[in-house]
Amino acid sequence: MRAPTPIPEQDAGHALPLLDIRDLTVEFATRRGTVRAVRHVNFSLAKGETLAIVGESGSGKSVTSYAAMRILDRAGRIAEGAVSFSGLDLRAAPEATMRDLRGREISMIFQNPRAALNPIRKIGKQIEDALLQHAQVDRAAAAGKAVAMLEQVRIARPRERYHAYPFELSGGMCQRVVIALALACRPQLLIADEPTTGLDVTTQKAVMDLLVELTRERGMSTILITHDLGLAAAYCDRVVVMEKGEVVESAGSETIFRHPEHPYTRKLMHATPRPGVTLRALLPEGSGEPRPAPASAPDVDRQPLLTVENLVKDYPRQGARGALSKLWRSEPVPESDSFRAVDGISFSIGRGESVGLVGESGCGKSTTSSLLMRLIDQTSGSIVFDGENIGDIPARRFAKMPLRRRIQMVFQDATDSLNPRYTAARAIADPILRLGNLSGRDAVRARCEELAGQVGLPLDLLDRFPHQLSGGQKARVGIARAIALKPDLVILDEPTAALDVSVQAVVLNLLQDLKDSLGMSYLFVSHDLNVVRLLCDRVIVMQAGKIVEQGPSKRIMVSPATDYTRELLAAIPHPPL
Amino acid sequence: MSDSVLSAPAAQNGSPAVALLRHARYVVSENPVTGLAFALFLLIALCALIGPYLVPHDPLASDTAAALKPPSLAHWFGTDQLGRDIFSRVVVATRLDFAIALSSVALVFAMGGLSGVAAGYFGGWTDRIVGRISDTIMAFPLFVLAMGIVAALGNTVTNIVIATAIINYPLYVRVARAEANVLRDCGFVQAARLSGNGEFRIVLTHILPNVMPIMMVQISLTMGYAILNAAGLSFIGLGVRPPTPEWGIMVAEGAGNIISGEWWIALFPGATLMLAVFCFNLLGDGLRDLVDPRRRT
Repeated sequence: MRAPTPIPEQDAGHALPLLDIRDLTVEFATRRGTVRAVRHVNFSLAKGETLAIVGESGSGKSVTSYAAMRILDRAGRIAEGAVSFSGLDLRAAPEATMRDLRGREISMIFQNPRAALNPIRKIGKQIEDALLQHAQVDRAAAAGKAVAMLEQVRIARPRERYHAYPFELSGGMCQRVVIALALACRPQLLIADEPTTGLDVTTQKAVMDLLVELTRERGMSTILITHDLGLAAAYCDRVVVMEKGEVVESAGSETIFRHPEHPYTRKLMHATPRPGVTLRALLPEGSGEPRPAPASAPDVDRQPLLTVENLVKDYPRQGARGALSKLWRSEPVPESDSFRAVDGISFSIGRGESVGLVGESGCGKSTTSSLLMRLIDQTSGSIVFDGENIGDIPARRFAKMPLRRRIQMVFQDATDSLNPRYTAARAIADPILRLGNLSGRDAVRARCEELAGQVGLPLDLLDRFPHQLSGGQKARVGIARAIALKPDLVILDEPTAALDVSVQAVVLNLLQDLKDSLGMSYLFVSHDLNVVRLLCDRVIVMQAGKIVEQGPSKRIMVSPATDYTRELLAAIPHPPL
Repeated sequence: MSDSVLSAPAAQNGSPAVALLRHARYVVSENPVTGLAFALFLLIALCALIGPYLVPHDPLASDTAAALKPPSLAHWFGTDQLGRDIFSRVVVATRLDFAIALSSVALVFAMGGLSGVAAGYFGGWTDRIVGRISDTIMAFPLFVLAMGIVAALGNTVTNIVIATAIINYPLYVRVARAEANVLRDCGFVQAARLSGNGEFRIVLTHILPNVMPIMMVQISLTMGYAILNAAGLSFIGLGVRPPTPEWGIMVAEGAGNIISGEWWIALFPGATLMLAVFCFNLLGDGLRDLVDPRRRT
């Protein structure tokens, strides 16, 4: 075991910041020459302070912290500037020193907790490994310390969970284990890179509360890297806003919200969905043509477009015990061998109405949308679409039916939903070629160009492949494909979850415009009530396969009827306004 | 509308062919060994195409007066027992060996690729049947299986091609199956279903093109193996028969002479064979870099 590297003693008072980054410039060598990902970044972090670095994708917020920890990719290097940690020059420090510092003095939490844990090692053992690595305890005491750490991150029954493997834990629990791992050696600085992206709002709140509390308890400093201004302001003392590799603004979180100075900060704040703001107000001021005021809520037809009654979907339970393991274990076999993902839900969607379907991951909302799309068959219940029970038609046969063109979907991950070998035009044309009644190359091409115009995709991008398009452009291609056949109902499966806030604002507005001009109905599936209410007249809240509440979105936002909805609302991070 | 959403990610680079050429140049400059492999491949292809018109001697003409001569200016690789020029024979043999390898790889690519993709996409019985067939093939020592197939079907070049294809089948099936199995759950396959594509159309137009890149790598890796296999079968007297120039036969003919000091008869065809296999293996690494989108930054 290595002897711990001595850290220069801090002089009394707060003269010396814990982390000081001066004039940092990071370069990446790429095929198109050197790219400066971070340019002349300056900031410092005092002991016990919580700092947020906020920016959209590509702003260099992660690269800055990776550079500070010296864990850049092979192609990246620090070109200029100085990084000092408690007075120690990290840029000049030998690799052995850095290895010792990482984990013991500076810890990091990554975005995907599952990827950060070794899948085939017990979580308790993984915490022990970190402790032993940095010679914090001896072997005999390690197990006890690991259990104590699990307890500190509020994992129930830590002694049992010590023996759990990562796949046996939920995403939120895995993130807690990662936090336990990061804090095991009592580091002075914790860098959390989007620690809650991909977690539900309620889990996000639990994880962030825990993180802030532990930080305070231990007098640690924390850097939170996030794209979410609301989260940053709710949990951090100070906010640094980055744009295109440069720090554009740095101030206390209250100040930055009350008096944002830089136009970019203002734009970012403007685009963040928050209570009491309309969809149109998310767009930057004075942008584009004046839009027609959204038509007053279209009179909901007497006969709804889609009616769902007592819809049930059972899945065979994973890992139902086989005969051999029944012999092995004496515990009773679970009474049912199936898992009910959707448990007797009923609702309806009117013509021209947009309905939000909200719930946490695993609540059955994705299964519901797959059922409505006729991608899978339900166990029981009926789905009546425009007077016809489409639930009776097997999913396999539905693909080629004329009804198919009337129900379409926009997928969550625009990148994943586009065939990497199809150009944008080919992707948009796919439904037209299969189900449309257009014939001839020119007619199809003309329709593609018309659709591209409707979704605001420049025509010259039509011949590009997905990897040559930005996230927002890919989202537009996905939307164009979904509306190509003029469907009556479009299911939006978290269409903006993977997008930056400013792009999200634009895409949400686009969806609203399309709905107004084409008269479609939307079912907006999401976990974020704040986003859903912007677009939807009515909201359905789901929990554990059941509908717990449904009603007008205004009413649900203001006076939720059930505890679960209240909990969901309370978990949304609110900036101190 | 917001500019940041609409702005292009980077300046576009002309036609796809130009872009591919540029990418190839980048890969070669990153890894010079790949460049060497490409050069070697071009040389082999050139020999296969126009070799017979370039060689200094007739590969079949025997000259007993000049038998068993060591390498010299007149005979670069020396002469064999019948006085035939080994250099000419080695060059002329390229076409036959190359043709056997290429056609067997094309055959197995079509068979293994299609059935593997079907197995990975449809799962269930398709998967079980395809899987068991390839397991059965893998249960044999592959070279012995190839010998058996050629012995049973008849001693012809066509049957060598078929045998080589069959023993490579499991490799292709596994690669295609694994890839299709992952792609099956991708969003774009669901989207294709929503667009009204039937299952077979999804397999052919959505899955198969996306499996291609990784299969290309597999092709190059098995090319070397196919050449080795064809030469091996000829070495033990199956398939190609003397006096046709073929690397395996030539090594076999020269093997007995090594002990009496005429090392060049076996060495030169053997070394050429080794070089060809080596070239295709290196090419596989290069191709992998060429088709890997993560390298296209």
